[in-house]
Amino acid sequence: MGAVTPAKPRFTPNRRTTLVQLGFVLPAFVYVMLFFGYPLINNLNMGFRDYTTRSFFTGEAPWVGLDNYQAVIGFQYFERIVFNTLWFTALSIVGQFTLGLLIALYFRRQFPGSQSLRGVLLISWLIPLIASTAVWRWMLDKDNGVINQILESVTPLSSGPSWLSSTSLALVACVLVNIWIGIPFNAALLYAGLQDIPKEVYEASTVDGASSLQTFTKITWPLLRPTVTVVLVLGVVYTVKVLDIILGLTGGGPAYASQTLATQAYQFSFEQFEFGQGAATGNLLMLVTLFFAVVYLRLNRRSVDE
Amino acid sequence: MKVQSARKSVAIVLALPLVLAACGGTDDTGSTGQDEASSDSSGEQAGEEGSEALTLNVMDYYTAEPDNTFYQELLDECGASVGVSISREAVPGDQIVQRALQQASAGTLPDLLMLDNPNLMEIAATGALTPLSEFGISADGFLPGVVDASTYEGELYGLQPITNSIALFYNEDVLAEEGVEVPQTWDELRSAAEELTDGDRYGIAFSAKADFEGTWQFLPFMWSNGGNEDNINTPEVAEALQLWADLVASGAASESVVTWGQADVNEQFMAGQAAMMINGPWQFPVLAEDPSLNYEVVPIPTPNTGTSVVSPLGGETWTVPDTGDEARMAAAAEILKCMNEDEVQLDLATKRQTVPTKLSVLDEFVELNPNMEGFTEVVQTARARTGLLGTEWPAAGARIYEALGQSLAGGVDPAEALAQAQGS
Repeated sequence: MGAVTPAKPRFTPNRRTTLVQLGFVLPAFVYVMLFFGYPLINNLNMGFRDYTTRSFFTGEAPWVGLDNYQAVIGFQYFERIVFNTLWFTALSIVGQFTLGLLIALYFRRQFPGSQSLRGVLLISWLIPLIASTAVWRWMLDKDNGVINQILESVTPLSSGPSWLSSTSLALVACVLVNIWIGIPFNAALLYAGLQDIPKEVYEASTVDGASSLQTFTKITWPLLRPTVTVVLVLGVVYTVKVLDIILGLTGGGPAYASQTLATQAYQFSFEQFEFGQGAATGNLLMLVTLFFAVVYLRLNRRSVDE
Repeated sequence: MKVQSARKSVAIVLALPLVLAACGGTDDTGSTGQDEASSDSSGEQAGEEGSEALTLNVMDYYTAEPDNTFYQELLDECGASVGVSISREAVPGDQIVQRALQQASAGTLPDLLMLDNPNLMEIAATGALTPLSEFGISADGFLPGVVDASTYEGELYGLQPITNSIALFYNEDVLAEEGVEVPQTWDELRSAAEELTDGDRYGIAFSAKADFEGTWQFLPFMWSNGGNEDNINTPEVAEALQLWADLVASGAASESVVTWGQADVNEQFMAGQAAMMINGPWQFPVLAEDPSLNYEVVPIPTPNTGTSVVSPLGGETWTVPDTGDEARMAAAAEILKCMNEDEVQLDLATKRQTVPTKLSVLDEFVELNPNMEGFTEVVQTARARTGLLGTEWPAAGARIYEALGQSLAGGVDPAEALAQAQGS
């Protein structure tokens, strides 16, 4: 009771509000610092140290400054790895988003079986990645893969392309599989975004005699913008760090043709036990993600300002 | 109302540290580390009385059957003879080194740790393993490759009861049909592979994958020609890579070799898509699933007649991590001795279709397992991957598979691909 009726309020209402606000933020802050901040800072720190297998036992990892970064950037395939990462991300996003949007638009119209078909669409997202990549590896096999068998029977080609073992196609194959995996995510979010657009707006446009193209460019697209931004930002962040799909399909090969920053970081850390260089590569990957995040957040803010 | 809810939130916030502290408290008291520590001490006490309550923690990567059962049984039997019980954990093969490193930093290493033999030096270099000489264990009478693989800076850190390597498998029916002799030299291998290529069937399959599996398969060709991993920019290594490049360029081997692991290679062979393959004895049980398949195993062809093949030494070595608990370490060493008794080696090698590592039991082993004659011959000259470079091996091994990919998929001239890889 005494607490409810304090004789002398120690906090002014304003300060009290601030405290309450901070109180709401605190749990989230603690969570983020514990599960994201700590590993992040540890990884940044590791990138500046000569962290080897010995460090795990002795706890000693001498500070080496920028040596790890020099080794990573000086690696002769570094340029190719960066371009692979950018191409992989850009092509995957364009493919996933375009196909996802088309599918979302298609399913907006109700037709018999549309609901169950929408469920089926999610399957590629539900299968464990390592399982679907294993199946894709079979299907893309040069000699016995079903894809080349179809190609050989419907085209005049005598033998299909070596999807996974040619330096020019390996990255393309990884992109194709990643698009297939990413479509449901894009379609589901965009479909939800489409559902949020009020029906009245479309009814009004029909009354005004707008063509379907005009309806899309003047109504659907502008009203879908916030969803699009979220889908793209998340898409880039998910794609740039893809590891399992590439490891399962090509292992980053042949000859670094499909190696990305993520698979290179894995190779440094867990195949060559150069944990410092692996951490440095991971940090560079975070820089790339950060760059994209900032770009999209700016775009987002501008669209809100408009 | 507003004030009240604000008050409530303040109370919650103020209580939070308490809640967190409480969580931390339960964590501390409930942690497995404490549990282990307490059971450790009780184990020690019992150890002084007669070491009957001692339970040794063992970690290996035999997750698949039938190996899982073989090792569980073996460890239980050895445990019984030493007078300890065994708590065994099998983790996936690609995770065991990471797990061991985690455990090393947390101070929770198992009492007996299995490692793939090329990883031993990496772990021994951290100081996490105990030299076996402390327990009076030596590797006298073991295959030289095994001794090399388990020795770091002059100290023996592991013992390997069984070993394996790779050799040339060929489909007897196909070779007989085509009237092709079993190749013994590189030239014979080239022409045999070309002659055996027909329609959907390639002459030979091997793994040139962009990981250590590809490197492992290339080593017998590189080593038998006098090449070494410390410098791959040499004519000897280039000639070996040229052989592989020729096989792919002539169509006698699929371009897909750069993506195939050894299990894929075996599938190609079983499906009749390859008349010959490079592979190891761990495929025998898989191959036995098709009784109509008639195959034979011979050593990998050498550059010329008269040279002998130098194959890489496979198999896993067992180590005693430095846990600081003398009684447990001594018991683990006893288990290690038991696993390397003549009879145990013979039995395990027969069950797993691998080769014992003690020279004295090899003759008896071949008598019992005539199908293992080829591999038994091969492992006697087998070379440890870490024998020359020690902890520098992973980097060197990566350079080799990098050059394989550049040359076989990237179309780069073998000598140039090797020079590039060595330069990186």
